[in-house]
Order: sequence, then C-alpha cells, then structure tokens
Amino acid sequence: MTRLDAMRAVYDRLEDCAVVTIMGAVAAELQSIGHRQNFFYLQHAMGLASSVGLGIALSRPAVPVVVFDGDGSVLMNLGGLTTLARYRPPNLLHVVFDNESLLSVGGFPTATSTGTSLAAIAAAAGVPRTADVNTIEAFVTEFEAAQRAHVLTTIVAKVDAIGPAAFVTDLGLLENRFQFQRYLQSR
Amino acid sequence: MPVSAVNSKIVFDALKEGGVRLISALPETWLVHLIRLADDDPDVTLVRLAKEEEGVGISMGAHLAGVKSAMLMQNHGFLASVNGIVSGAQLFRVPLLMLISDRGTFGERDPWQTEGGAVTEPVLAALRIPVMRLDDPARVAERIRQAQTLAYAANKPVALLLTRDLMWEDP
Repeated sequence: MTRLDAMRAVYDRLEDCAVVTIMGAVAAELQSIGHRQNFFYLQHAMGLASSVGLGIALSRPAVPVVVFDGDGSVLMNLGGLTTLARYRPPNLLHVVFDNESLLSVGGFPTATSTGTSLAAIAAAAGVPRTADVNTIEAFVTEFEAAQRAHVLTTIVAKVDAIGPAAFVTDLGLLENRFQFQRYLQSR
Repeated sequence: MPVSAVNSKIVFDALKEGGVRLISALPETWLVHLIRLADDDPDVTLVRLAKEEEGVGISMGAHLAGVKSAMLMQNHGFLASVNGIVSGAQLFRVPLLMLISDRGTFGERDPWQTEGGAVTEPVLAALRIPVMRLDDPARVAERIRQAQTLAYAANKPVALLLTRDLMWEDP
C-alpha cells in the first residue's frame, strides 16, 4: 500500500475533521490530493503532531481530530503515546504511516524495520484501540471503525517507502496556520 | 516541604484570571502546589506530560483551537523543549506562556541542578524569548498579565522565571 492511496481512500472522511499531519511526504501528498482549510501541516517539530492533535482534541471535544503521523516522528516522542493514552480523548484518531524509514532525508531505516511494533507500543502505553494494517481495504475498514467507535485509536499502516519528488509546496506555513485557526474558530 | 503555598496560589490565581484553561506540567519540587491547584480546579484541564516538549505541541493545539494555556516546567524541562519551541511555536508563530522554575541559581543545594541555572537565561536570550522574573508576590499578577499580553500580540513564546525568592521558604 502507498501512503498516497491510503490517504486518498479516506479523503472524503476528513471533511468534518481537524486534520494534523507531520512534515515531508505526508504533508506534500495530502496537499496533492487536495488542500482543505481544516488541514494543518506541522512542517518540522518532529514528534509533536500527536501532541498538537491532543491539544486540539482536549480543547474542542466536539470536533473530531485526525492525526497523520509517521514512524520516524512517533519514535521521537514515544512518551507522547502515554500522554495520549492517559487522557484518551474519544475524538482523536491517530494514524501512523509506517514506511520503516526516514524517507525525506534519504531513507535511513528506523527501528520499525528491525522489529519494533508501534501498534504494540501504543497498546502497551494504554491506547484503548489499536490496529496494524497492511492493505488499503484493512486501512479503510479500521479507519471507519475508529470513527464510529468514538474511542481513542492508533492505527499503524505499513506503507511503501516511496514519496513525492518534492516536499516544498506553494502553501505558506503561516498561511496554513492562520487558515486552520480560522477554520477552528468557525466550528 | 518549604515550597510557598501562598505564592503558588498567587501565581495560579493570576493564570486563571488571565483566562488560562489548560495547563501542561511535569512535576518538579517547586511546582507541586501549582500542579495540585490545577488538578483540583474543575475549570482547568491539567495535562501531565512524559516530557516537557510535548507541552509545546499541546499548547499549540490548544491555541489553534481557541483555548488559552500555560506550561509549567523546570528549567531543565525548558532545555529539553527547545526544538519544539523553535520549529513548532516560533516557526508557526504560536504564543506560549512558559512558567519555568529557575533551579540551580544562588542558594541551590542540589548539585545536579547547578548547570541548568547558569544557562537558562542565555538560552532564552539566544532564542529571543522575552523573559521576566517572578520574584515579588505583589507584582506576580501584573507580570503574568503583561507576559500574556505580549505573547498574544506578538504570536510568540514568552517566559516567566519562577525564582527561589518567590517559590521557596527556607525554614
């Protein structure tokens, strides 16, 4: 499965969600599918996308929040999984695209390439629902089930280590940030 | 424990007065009363962290979602948060109100705190983070108000140092 196909498959289900992504391929690919005002791309601050999602979810319990995270980022903030689990906002859906590498900087293999299971770590941290998926069909099924369940869920989706040709887009960082804030103000 | 409960309450009341409704924290001796006050207050969401840098992300999310927040941390926690502050809050122009216990300064008895005290203000200066010291209980509310005002006007992190004079009552 590619990350691009996975995001395409759930794109319509993001319409009413506040979406936070990590930097690099995830941000560029989601924008290539189609930017929306409810998408915030945390370009840099690696590891903190789930923390930003937690801050939004705790502040606005009526707004469904989706975080598109990655293995390299999660590995930089494993403690954050324990904080997610501790407060377990039901409106937070945490997706980790696991390509077993730091793709944007040349493909340096991460620990998930040598056996570390992020879904198992999330479950052991106390995240009440977790899933490991390897196919688009399973990803969509788990994504929809998590949205229905209204329980904090971490879905780890194994994806191919391929990405876009370029990571810089024409959407300014601050343009995106203020647009996203205004979107949340309107909700 | 000679941490000032009275002055902790003054700080907490000023945060509430300023509209703070979410507080992230990692325990440290000087912060015990502040964290307890936040935990006991039904109007305040206390988020207990595993590491202080998470608090940067949480406060960013809270701000984008329209909630005022504050961060309670030791200066070593501030040092552990620097990348999040720079490549999160500063890059995206998000206000942060950081209350940092200034350990390792004159009067410090714990050897392990002594390096952090010497570098806290130089690191704040290097990051161009405006900082004021909270040392006089009579001026705490005013300074917290001023710090918040600047943070929201500039859309940038600001820091208040919780000093030994304010937080510690030697028996």
